[in-house]
Amino acid sequence: MAITELTLYQQAILLLAGLIALTSFLMLGQSRLVRLVLIFALQGCLLAAATALAASVLDYPHLYISAALSFILKGLVIPILLQRLIHRMGLHRVMDTIDHPARVMMAGTALMVFSYYVSLPVVRHSTLVTLNAIAVSLAVVLLGMLLMITRRQAVAHVVGFMSIENGLFFAAVVATYGMPMVVELGVAFDVLVAAVVFGVFFFQIRSSIDSLNVDQLSKLSEVDR
Amino acid sequence: MIAVYLLLGIPLAGMPLLALRGDRPEAGRLNSRLNGLALLASIWLAIDVLISGPELSTGQLLYIDSYNVYLVVLTAFVGLTTSLFSGPYMEHEREIGRVTARRLRLYYTMYQGFMLAMYLVLTTNNVGVMWVAMEGATLATVLLVSLYRTPESVEAAWKYFILCGVGIAQALFGTVLLYFAAEQKLGVGGDALLWTVLHGHAAELDPAILSLAFVFLLVGYGTKIGLVPLHQWLPDAHSEGPTPMSAILSGLLLNDALYAVVRCKMLVDGSLGTHLAGNLMMGFGLLSFLVAALFLHRQTDIKRLFSYSSIEHMGLMTFAFGVGSPWATFAALFHMTTHSLTKSAIFVTVGHAAQLAGTQRMDRIRGLILTQPTIGWGLLIGTIAIAGFPPFGVFASEFLVLVATMHDYPWLTPVLLLGIGLAFAGLFRHIQPMVYGDVPEGQKPIQANLAPVMVHLALVLWLGLSIPAFLGNWFNQATHLISGAWPQ
Repeated sequence: MAITELTLYQQAILLLAGLIALTSFLMLGQSRLVRLVLIFALQGCLLAAATALAASVLDYPHLYISAALSFILKGLVIPILLQRLIHRMGLHRVMDTIDHPARVMMAGTALMVFSYYVSLPVVRHSTLVTLNAIAVSLAVVLLGMLLMITRRQAVAHVVGFMSIENGLFFAAVVATYGMPMVVELGVAFDVLVAAVVFGVFFFQIRSSIDSLNVDQLSKLSEVDR
Repeated sequence: MIAVYLLLGIPLAGMPLLALRGDRPEAGRLNSRLNGLALLASIWLAIDVLISGPELSTGQLLYIDSYNVYLVVLTAFVGLTTSLFSGPYMEHEREIGRVTARRLRLYYTMYQGFMLAMYLVLTTNNVGVMWVAMEGATLATVLLVSLYRTPESVEAAWKYFILCGVGIAQALFGTVLLYFAAEQKLGVGGDALLWTVLHGHAAELDPAILSLAFVFLLVGYGTKIGLVPLHQWLPDAHSEGPTPMSAILSGLLLNDALYAVVRCKMLVDGSLGTHLAGNLMMGFGLLSFLVAALFLHRQTDIKRLFSYSSIEHMGLMTFAFGVGSPWATFAALFHMTTHSLTKSAIFVTVGHAAQLAGTQRMDRIRGLILTQPTIGWGLLIGTIAIAGFPPFGVFASEFLVLVATMHDYPWLTPVLLLGIGLAFAGLFRHIQPMVYGDVPEGQKPIQANLAPVMVHLALVLWLGLSIPAFLGNWFNQATHLISGAWPQ
């Protein structure tokens, strides 16, 4: 199917899917924490935009609430919370080292291809948009994990964790027009509490190892001490 | 139906109550009373279901059948006995200055929060809400793991949070896929995530989507069960948090995560008509069982030792549910009960033993029987029970798993036997010197409340000798529900 045969809405969703995947790659390559959080906020806003678009075009009013939740939580509250923590902990000048950035990017690309490969049989009866939505959201989930694996700063881990949730929400919005309201609210509540708990942890980790480099959290292992 | 609302309402009301009064000396008793009330509510609920069959609440948000109601009672029971132990235990921790008044308030509030999350996981009819409650259980317990604020405990809590958070995100993806499959058949609306609706239409759902969804659900909830290779958080979280926490994590959280997987398996089986879900569970279960049995030998910390034993038993249960025949399912349900009773009893005893010796390192815990016979014997008998010796209930359930395996997969029986033997050796090489051995200088008896341990072990003994008729009936009905046939 040629892309011009799609409706404008479908084209817009495809564009947003592409942009969301792009922000995931940007995060993967960004070593400054302040910018990392900024890109994460951008991803949250894109997600909210996709949700709002689906709400208005497809006429599902409950998606407006979901869009508002995404925008407030992922676009504003959590990024602001993280930025304030970064400044309070004096991390705004810290560069997180990424070992082998080129290989990480290659791995990211491979994950993207893999996501499409996994999604193809699932969506063979569905539209092009659904295929892309599921594949992109799976890729965002996997790229979030890759981000967490390759980083050492606790803040980067939180960003990876939250961007995994972004990927899940995107799948829920585009493939299934949002989850039932009670689930949506519950998940949003969990995300909010998780953000607060992460904040508490930053202080606990810093007071225990004097930095936020989680590589130093290596006291517990199966190797005999 | 009132009983369900009571069951959920009691811990919900308990949270703010204990947030205010958690630092008072009577907080432990208040906590126990709340859990006692919840147990009463759960028994009321069980009787209700026994008499009038499965119940669906108005709004279809809660659903109680014979499978989850027995787990509700088990959860409430272990919650109560652990809270009886936790009162004096936390008081002791406060006296030696390991926790402050504020952290004690946090502890009791989150104890109730965790119980609420557990009841919600079990009673909800909405697969999405089940996920939310499961994540809620992580959030409630994660700050308790780091309650002592030692570098080790903070590290353990961080690992727990990150691993379980990422893991359970996979389960949410699985849930979204499930919803996606259901919506294609049932149309857009809130009903498509209700378990009863999904189960009723399982045969119409797209098998390709459901098999992918199950992989994600198994990996997601499997992280919480502690399946190898996603188990890394479990020994850390169990060993560094306060001991009552270890008891309820091991006795309840792992069970309830497995409950969630089995619920999902029931949907997938209905759609696929193949044994894919069962095979996946068998593979993961067997791997966890063997790896954990081997790791038992290498441990130096007593709580880590028993958390590996938990992984081993959860692996065995996952395997048995995976085999899927009525007998295997019956055995898995039975094993869930005996394991959770025995393991929480052991963690309570271990908590006392660690307080007695002032350390969790096994090479420094010695001469328990000579110093304080109740703790020494409690630990020995508990270990005998968990290692699967007759006449305890764990023997009966493990034996049933073996018989069921022998029937369907005879070539796997030697593997299971090998694992059981390995685990037995791994436990006893550590336990024997701790229980017997010479008493270190200056080791004095402590004030211990071993009533919960005795009650649990007595129950496990009873289950090993004979299954009471009402319990057998429950297991039969649950087996019928899960595997679709009555155990012969």
